[in-house]
Amino acid sequence: MTKPLEQTTWQEIEIGGILTKPGSAREYDVGTWRSQHPVWTKSRCIKCGVCWTTCPEGGISEQPDGYFDMNNYCKGCGICAKECVTGCITMVPEEE
Amino acid sequence: MAKPRAQAKRVGMEVSIAVSHAVRLARAEGIAAYPITPQTHIVEYLSSLVANGELEAEFMNVESEHSAISACIGMSAAGARTYTATSSQGLALMHEILFIASAMRFPIVMTVANRALSAPLSIWNDHSDIMAARDIGWIQVFVENGQEAFDHSIMAFRIAEHPQVLLPIVVNLDGFILSHVVEALEFVDRETVDKFLPPYKPRHRLDPRRPVTMGAFAMPEIYTEVKMAHQVALSEAYERILAIWQEWGELTGRYYRPVEHYRTEGAKVLFLTMGSLSEVAEVAVDDLREAGEEVGLLKLRLWRPFPFAALREAVDGAELVIVCDRALSPGGPGGPVHSEVRSALYPLAQRPQTLGYIIGLGGRDVSPATFKEILVSARQELQKGPSQEFYLFGVRGA
Repeated sequence: MTKPLEQTTWQEIEIGGILTKPGSAREYDVGTWRSQHPVWTKSRCIKCGVCWTTCPEGGISEQPDGYFDMNNYCKGCGICAKECVTGCITMVPEEE
Repeated sequence: MAKPRAQAKRVGMEVSIAVSHAVRLARAEGIAAYPITPQTHIVEYLSSLVANGELEAEFMNVESEHSAISACIGMSAAGARTYTATSSQGLALMHEILFIASAMRFPIVMTVANRALSAPLSIWNDHSDIMAARDIGWIQVFVENGQEAFDHSIMAFRIAEHPQVLLPIVVNLDGFILSHVVEALEFVDRETVDKFLPPYKPRHRLDPRRPVTMGAFAMPEIYTEVKMAHQVALSEAYERILAIWQEWGELTGRYYRPVEHYRTEGAKVLFLTMGSLSEVAEVAVDDLREAGEEVGLLKLRLWRPFPFAALREAVDGAELVIVCDRALSPGGPGGPVHSEVRSALYPLAQRPQTLGYIIGLGGRDVSPATFKEILVSARQELQKGPSQEFYLFGVRGA
């Protein structure tokens, strides 16, 4: 995408809405949709990566220290909290 | 006529078969169809042309019309010149996919042999099927006879694939009244068609070496802009359609216009018809003219893009336009064509009165006498002030 969506005019759209370059999904911050987000309690985390494996959206990234955290693509579905082996993930409402 | 030409040989042929030959001459590369009712001989004959090696194409027999049009989208996306045909319930079953074909700008050509929708179950002709699919965003043309069906089936590919058009197109022909009758028509030779219709060069196609995303989703921030691009493409296709029809006229001597005129000089009353009704209306107009009536006929050939300017020009000087629809919008303004014609004429400072008459539903016969009766009825209605929004003409118990 050369321009943010909200500034793109109809003349700038490729015929048929076809996207000619890959990677456009990366430019959508779908994380802005979420109403809750996961918070890791590091003291209980065993760095097993089950949260990272079960996230359907690639919304979790491994940190340099081996722990995990959410990124801008986390939609707040809560699957990670449900699947966490030690129960170290808590879903916290966005407004808090 | 631009230049004189040698008279080509006229052949007698079932119109469906003639359409198949047009598709053969157009060198369609991908055809997908559901072969069972509601269907015409068009795809049945095409399948034998493919099987006999007379047409080099992929012919996909699929399990429904929903799949037929979906397969057409796939073949068109892969860059093939693509064709299908259907009727009535078949078109209805395609419905959701038809919008995708046009919005994704796949230049598919489809013949719709117009037939009534069930219930009650009817296999006969009217325009209910295509009028229910009015807003699919395709170019839509109506033909009047076998020759026009042949000509427009070839021109459709050229129009659809024009680099500045790239839209699917429906060629509407009346089911049974045209699709299943034998008519005399002139063919166009292979060489002429090849020159007129070069191979399709897709702007994008499914190609692993040059990947693109087709059918991406659109956020609210961009959906309206995509719709605008489609709307403009369809409206601006108008000039290109006219230019391509003109070119065909120069090749064949057969010229087509978005609104055809028949004996409209000085006409105070104009009938407006679509499809095969027009030839019947011509007979009625001849008789009425002979009887001293100032009556003419307009034939709406191009339904989408709607020919606003041509229509407004065509009604100039008329006092009454009687629009004859072959479909009913129940609980609404009656006939969709009348509704749109009236709306198109409304901004004119000097506009004719319009009346909508719905005739020929579900194969009900329309004869020249019908038009004469409509004229009598219309005059009575105007005299006392129209009593109804529209007239379901000839209905018993009215």
